[in-house]
Amino acid sequence: MTELLQQLINGLALGSILALIALGYTMVYGILRFINFAHGDLFMLGAFAGFYISPAVAAVLPGPSLGSGLVVLGLAMLICAVLGVVIERVAYRPLRRRPKLAVLITAIGISLFLENTGQLVFGATPKKFPEIIPVYPVLKFGGLSITSSQLIVLGVTLLLLVALRHIVLKTRMGMAMRALAFNPEAAALMGINTDWIVSFTFGLGSALAAAAGILFAIVYPSIDPLMGILPGLKAFVAAVLGGIGNLPGAALGGILIGVTETLVAGYLSSTYRDAIAFGILILILLVKPSGLLGKKEIEKV
Amino acid sequence: MQNFLAPIQHARGISLIAAAATLFLTVFLTGCDKPASTPGAATGPIKVGEFASMTGSEATFGQSSHEGTLLAVDHLNAAGGVLGRKIELLMEDDQSQAGQPATVVRKLIARDGVVAVLGEVASSRSLEAAPICQQNQIPMISPSSTNPKVTAVGDYIFRVCFIDPFQGTVMANFARHTLHLKKVAVLTDMKSDYSLGLAKFFKEGFIADGGAIVAEQNYSSGDKDFSAQLTALKAVNPDGIFVPGYYTEVGLIALQARQLGLNVPLLGGDGWESSSLIPIGGVSLEGSYFSTHYSPEDTSAAVQDFVKAFRAKYNETPNAMAALGYDSAMILADAMKRAGTTDGAKVRDALAATKDFQGVTGKITMDADRNASKPAVILVIRDGQFKYVETVSP
Repeated sequence: MTELLQQLINGLALGSILALIALGYTMVYGILRFINFAHGDLFMLGAFAGFYISPAVAAVLPGPSLGSGLVVLGLAMLICAVLGVVIERVAYRPLRRRPKLAVLITAIGISLFLENTGQLVFGATPKKFPEIIPVYPVLKFGGLSITSSQLIVLGVTLLLLVALRHIVLKTRMGMAMRALAFNPEAAALMGINTDWIVSFTFGLGSALAAAAGILFAIVYPSIDPLMGILPGLKAFVAAVLGGIGNLPGAALGGILIGVTETLVAGYLSSTYRDAIAFGILILILLVKPSGLLGKKEIEKV
Repeated sequence: MQNFLAPIQHARGISLIAAAATLFLTVFLTGCDKPASTPGAATGPIKVGEFASMTGSEATFGQSSHEGTLLAVDHLNAAGGVLGRKIELLMEDDQSQAGQPATVVRKLIARDGVVAVLGEVASSRSLEAAPICQQNQIPMISPSSTNPKVTAVGDYIFRVCFIDPFQGTVMANFARHTLHLKKVAVLTDMKSDYSLGLAKFFKEGFIADGGAIVAEQNYSSGDKDFSAQLTALKAVNPDGIFVPGYYTEVGLIALQARQLGLNVPLLGGDGWESSSLIPIGGVSLEGSYFSTHYSPEDTSAAVQDFVKAFRAKYNETPNAMAALGYDSAMILADAMKRAGTTDGAKVRDALAATKDFQGVTGKITMDADRNASKPAVILVIRDGQFKYVETVSP
């Protein structure tokens, strides 16, 4: 029983990080109908931004504390937001009126570019991510263990989910984003500055990726330039599973994948973990192709 | 403007074609004959190839090994070279990626005309290059691939390290008789030939010694989350966990094991030996043991001279990969001297006849399967340092 509970905690902790990455994926898709395959690499850049700025932050705010951790998190999000806007401006905007496939392939190109530049600039050797918040087991109860970092990840994921929903549904900017998602031409005719909205969406998505990168690095403090590939892929699957474009769906999908993987590894077979976990997901999608919380979309002809 | 530029562009086009043709011919011609390996062409430097993971996930392995090899070449050349000729080391980076070793080793043999190949640390990548060396009859010496399959590829493939059956048995004996462990769990990297082999021999040895393997779990290199496997292991209450993986994952495994309240010693093999291990695992690794090829704390003259020379050149203490890289080049030079030539077949015979060669990592004798028969050392991690525990002879 203890073991099962511990496995559920493990799965929830892993799943909430996947959920956090999936949120960024799904938001960009929801607004722009475009899968940003470089999202996993912005996640990696977020972790490295944290790695390089945390000594500077530690000089001002000494010691691992929640405060200094949040400052590092905020700065890394800012850096990645700027990077995201630049990437959109340089690589995606010139292709806005081209077929969707062109942008998709460009995104894969950007992803490879960031991975290889990362290896060149940061070096390929895994680096130790500094302890920016105190990590300690907060609960030791009958053999169960939850660490402070796992709780923080869960908390931040929920917080960002609520904040995102608020931005998209309750603010003027969110209204403009939804208008753009509904019909870009009509939105432009209504006086919405579409370039600015698209930039904002990318900035927000990249900041989310950076937040996920930092939290990932706090829980798994070994970072390298290729760390974004696998979590990026799994988060993409999580977004599709939850219904891509749907924010609570992404969170649900991420947590489902984390829990499934953990339970498969813990009870069935750690050798075939990914095969079995993804097999289950394929089954779910066969039954409900639009994802768990996705709505059926009717293609306009 | 357009007309003005046209002739230049045209001319440039022609010169490009000419350059491409020349390049093609050069590659083609040098690819056809083996310039340096023909007997009689005993002038100029002796070209020795090396392939190593200088970048990528196991970069510290390749870099350490290469530094050791380079130091050996320096020493050889300072002493007048081999057969009156200097050694020229041509190094190619295989980026720690599957597929790359085959490409770079083909290039070393066909285009650069090397007479022997040194490399790699990882067994999976040595296994990729070995058939190519065998086919071209170029002696290959792996400094530190411990999987038995590597030298089984053919009679041109050698190694200067011990093999996993020995390393696995040493660790099994140590766990059973020195640490008095009874129930051990095994956590294997199922993507690595090295890890699978070492796990197998450890299990056999530990059971033969009267111990029990209470649980087995797997992971894949590149994984960051091991909590599911570790929780499953914790449920069976092992006395220790054998983790025959590489340093890239071992640090995180130790960290997560301690977070889950799994406080038994971790045991491992030479894949742990890296300066990157401790920074990631930190205090979680305290009291864990692993077997490796040498310890810089060894007081023998061979080791201390090497450590001194290495520190003078690189300003750091050499690890086992560096020591083995050094020995691989030294043993090749020794074989060439005894063969009196750089001819592949003759160097091969001389290498096979190596007996009691005093290397940094101990006295090396090539056995019938071209594996080095030599002692292993066991280190413990204490106060963030690798500390010498004992030496185990075959």
